[in-house]
Amino acid sequence: MKKTENMVWRFFASVRLALFSLLILATTSIIGTLIPQKNPPEFYIEAFGQRTAQLFQMLDVPNMYNSWWFISLLLLFSVNLIVCTIDRLPNVWKMVVMNNLDTDPERLEKMPHRQEFHARGDAAALTKIATGLLAKNGWKAQGETKPTGSSLLFSQKLAWSRLGVYAVHLSILVIFAGAIIGSLLGFKAGVMIPEGSATDTVYETGTEKPIPLGFTVKCDDFNVSFYADGTTPKEFRSNLSILENGKTIIDKRSIIVNDPLDYKGITFYQSSYEPMQGFNVVITNKATKVRQSFQIPFGQKISWPEGGIDFGVINQEARSRMGDVNRLKVWFSDGQGDPSIFWMDNNASQTISSPTATYEFEASQVYATGLQVAKDPGVWTVYAGCALMLIGLYVAFFLSHRRVWVYIVREEAADRCRILVCGASSKNKIAFEKEFAALVECFTHDSTLQNA
Amino acid sequence: MNSSQLLGITTLAYLLSAILYIAIFVFRAKKLGLFATVITACAFLINTAGIALRWQESYQAGIGYAPLSNMYESLVFFAWAIAIFYLGLEWKYKNRILGAFSMPFACLSMAYASLSPQFGKEIKPLIPALQSNWLIAHVITCFVGYAAFAVASGMGIMYLIKDRKTNEAPGSLLASLPELKVIDDIIHKTLVFGFLWLTAGIITGAVWANSAWGTYWSWDPKETWSLITWFVYAATLHARFTRGWGGRRIAWLAVLGFLSVIFTYYGVNFLLSGLHSYGGGS
Repeated sequence: MKKTENMVWRFFASVRLALFSLLILATTSIIGTLIPQKNPPEFYIEAFGQRTAQLFQMLDVPNMYNSWWFISLLLLFSVNLIVCTIDRLPNVWKMVVMNNLDTDPERLEKMPHRQEFHARGDAAALTKIATGLLAKNGWKAQGETKPTGSSLLFSQKLAWSRLGVYAVHLSILVIFAGAIIGSLLGFKAGVMIPEGSATDTVYETGTEKPIPLGFTVKCDDFNVSFYADGTTPKEFRSNLSILENGKTIIDKRSIIVNDPLDYKGITFYQSSYEPMQGFNVVITNKATKVRQSFQIPFGQKISWPEGGIDFGVINQEARSRMGDVNRLKVWFSDGQGDPSIFWMDNNASQTISSPTATYEFEASQVYATGLQVAKDPGVWTVYAGCALMLIGLYVAFFLSHRRVWVYIVREEAADRCRILVCGASSKNKIAFEKEFAALVECFTHDSTLQNA
Repeated sequence: MNSSQLLGITTLAYLLSAILYIAIFVFRAKKLGLFATVITACAFLINTAGIALRWQESYQAGIGYAPLSNMYESLVFFAWAIAIFYLGLEWKYKNRILGAFSMPFACLSMAYASLSPQFGKEIKPLIPALQSNWLIAHVITCFVGYAAFAVASGMGIMYLIKDRKTNEAPGSLLASLPELKVIDDIIHKTLVFGFLWLTAGIITGAVWANSAWGTYWSWDPKETWSLITWFVYAATLHARFTRGWGGRRIAWLAVLGFLSVIFTYYGVNFLLSGLHSYGGGS
């Protein structure tokens, strides 16, 4: 029983499994990039035939990144990470906190980098000199005198860097945790709001299930502007207001793509827009300063009895197939003389003169703004995981745990001391070789050490 | 002088640089060494000036964005990143043979950008989704990583060539290549460097996606392929760190990894469809 347990543990802790899961995740991920995802079932029948489509549905291929088997692979990967960490971390931790003054002198003789010196004088004096030389090279040493009269000095740099790789492993789990929090407690949704309208409900992406917001979001105004070429959109801008319990909490805050609005953990992103069949019109009588706004449909005569005016939009010219109006044709009459009929640009104003008065006529097409609405309480966890991953990778790749020892033994027979300088590095041996050589150089040139 | 002309000159200069390094290798023309380095450094400076000028031109055109937003501009930056990475490598290892296996990538990238009729070279206005400072961070981190992976694959090819005939007599062509141990070390260090930048590139992309669309990860083909590439290199590094892989295996993986990079960068834009279609030709 113990043996089976041990074998299962070994299996989950193995690097083989890590390599396997990385490569199997890489390979299976390709499927979803070749077969379009999240299309309706008919799409797959048409594209791949009845039988293949059936097989796809069985294996959840149309939504493979959320399928039971892909999630299982991610789970296997996570278990591997956790078990491997539990398996190795205790030993690595020991390396980080261990007392290196206990190192067996036998092992010092076998260190990958070492150099021997001989010098006259007693061990205590030489230890003092060695401590000074270490300090000169940036090695702050601790020392210990052994019962045998020999003495050992030790110094290390960046012992904690051995933990870097585990920080990276942990970061992946943190990112997964953030993703799980987001999928359990958050939602992705969308909504179209015509200018001047408001909503307290959004609709879940994919399922169209209504989600109540708990407050009201109103689109006061939407604008799309274009570059000089006339067709490339330059900016989509919505002015949104948030109303809660009859009070305006946020008044006309502008959002554009890449600059969303956040309220109570729910974020509104500018995502699309839809031109509507209608116009916002403002008419001003220039003499009396009387001013009136209208939202009017296309192709209908509108009366404004107080102003004595009838008007309407009788034709329009679209910029694109979407139905953005570029120019509109207006019919306008105040009952004096002939009616005015003219073309004007969308989102502009026109001065109209009749025999008795002058008017300012402003018109802009009515749009609905398309918002993406997301609630993701896991996103900061994910970001924390990402930051931890970058820091961990840097530490794991570029920092190394470097250790040096100086072991001084009195050789009575020769009336001198033997000084062994040795060191080891957890990685990047070549750089350490240079650092160690510099230290040895210092010992070589020290006059008091050259007298034997 | 406009940026297109400067970048045209850059293409020729990288071509010359690549030819010189290959000549140094094939004809053992060591005398050309300093000349090759000077040409490469000049090409790099002209490349830099070209990018800077294009940036300025975009402001003059009233658009104003960092020239990192379409396939053409990214290829130009890719060449730039390869050149500076290689110059650093040459400086560190004091070996110009490495150039014969690195600079051709910079040359190919520029040549493809300049000569392919597929890419519009004119400065086009930026659609709203791309108007973000994350664009700069994302493109720079990704392409520094890609450049390192390009050089790593060049070193991988070099390793495989050298290793094929180990019993070459001294003084032969292959004997002039660095020792296998040294190439192996360069491959490893380059992969590690590239991996850190690729990770940063994926993360900056995720943060940007979240600020534009409210989703940091949506498994669109570009994202997925960047992750596949990440998995390939992660597996490579694990094989080396913990199972002691080296030599031919890692050299092959460096080449395989770069194929995945190319597919992520190029294949996805032209062969698959998805959110990330800005890099496309049209």
